[in-house]
Amino acid sequence: MNNDKLIIGGHEFNSRFILGSGKYSMKLIEAAVKDAGAEIITLAVRRANTKAQESILDYIPEGITLLPNTSGARNAEEAVRIARLARELGCGNFVKIEIMRDSKYLLPDNQETIKATEILAKEGFVVMPYMYPDLNVARDLVNAGAASVMPLASPIGSNKGLATKEFIQILIDEIDLPIIVDAGIGRPSQACEAMEMGAAAIMANTALATAGDLPMMASAFKNAIEAGRKAYLSGLGRVLTRGASASDPLTGFLRD
Amino acid sequence: MVKINGEELNIAGKTVAEYLATTNYDPKRIAVERNGDIVPKAQYGETVLKDGDSVEVVSFVGGG
Repeated sequence: MNNDKLIIGGHEFNSRFILGSGKYSMKLIEAAVKDAGAEIITLAVRRANTKAQESILDYIPEGITLLPNTSGARNAEEAVRIARLARELGCGNFVKIEIMRDSKYLLPDNQETIKATEILAKEGFVVMPYMYPDLNVARDLVNAGAASVMPLASPIGSNKGLATKEFIQILIDEIDLPIIVDAGIGRPSQACEAMEMGAAAIMANTALATAGDLPMMASAFKNAIEAGRKAYLSGLGRVLTRGASASDPLTGFLRD
Repeated sequence: MVKINGEELNIAGKTVAEYLATTNYDPKRIAVERNGDIVPKAQYGETVLKDGDSVEVVSFVGGG
């Protein structure tokens, strides 16, 4: 397990839990990062407030990789602008592409995401596109230079779990990049299940932000993700389609 | 007039650095875009804002 690294764009990580920082107090970030064991945290880029205020960066522990997203972008052009601004903010060259045309279900626009991935990968970004799980699109993202593929499990913020499970499995089986399940994971058991399937990592935000005790839930997710990873690496036991199979010896019964 | 984060301001002729000095922004925590192009920090002092320019000043916030 010690050699089991998550590699994204040539960068190595021990943790397979990518933490969101939205919808909760900045003061909880340090505890969340610690209890999640997270090494990557996502951020958003927004118009700055003219009033002097504290920066979220002051609450993020040293050594954590920042993953700015392009939320708010409605097309590739806007996503590229946001990514360049994020890099100019001086915290590395990772970017999670997030492009939405639809404000009701917040579904990602796969075609625009491919376009933005191609442009930003050429500019040297480590591009992590959030997408609706579609094998053809995932292949296009690989060809466009993505460093990982981030399929949604269910609509953002819904906590509904692995609604797209079968299609995520296809991506895991066919795509030679880390498949990071993003959006919709609401419970540790769902994170564990995705990891058992062979997902490379889990991204979660709302599941923690809406939990009763955020740092404790971060810890629960950490354990679930580690358990699922170990199960995947060990190889799950087989499933019988019919009948039963005794675990006990079938000889030596106490009868003639 | 110069549009900054959607607000029209009468600051044409000022440099980006001069404008920022009139605000409470922390220069280390912001990025500036003018008419769709990044203005690198090193060029704040020499970038003169022109009438009709559209400027975005952004920073990181919490997000997923």
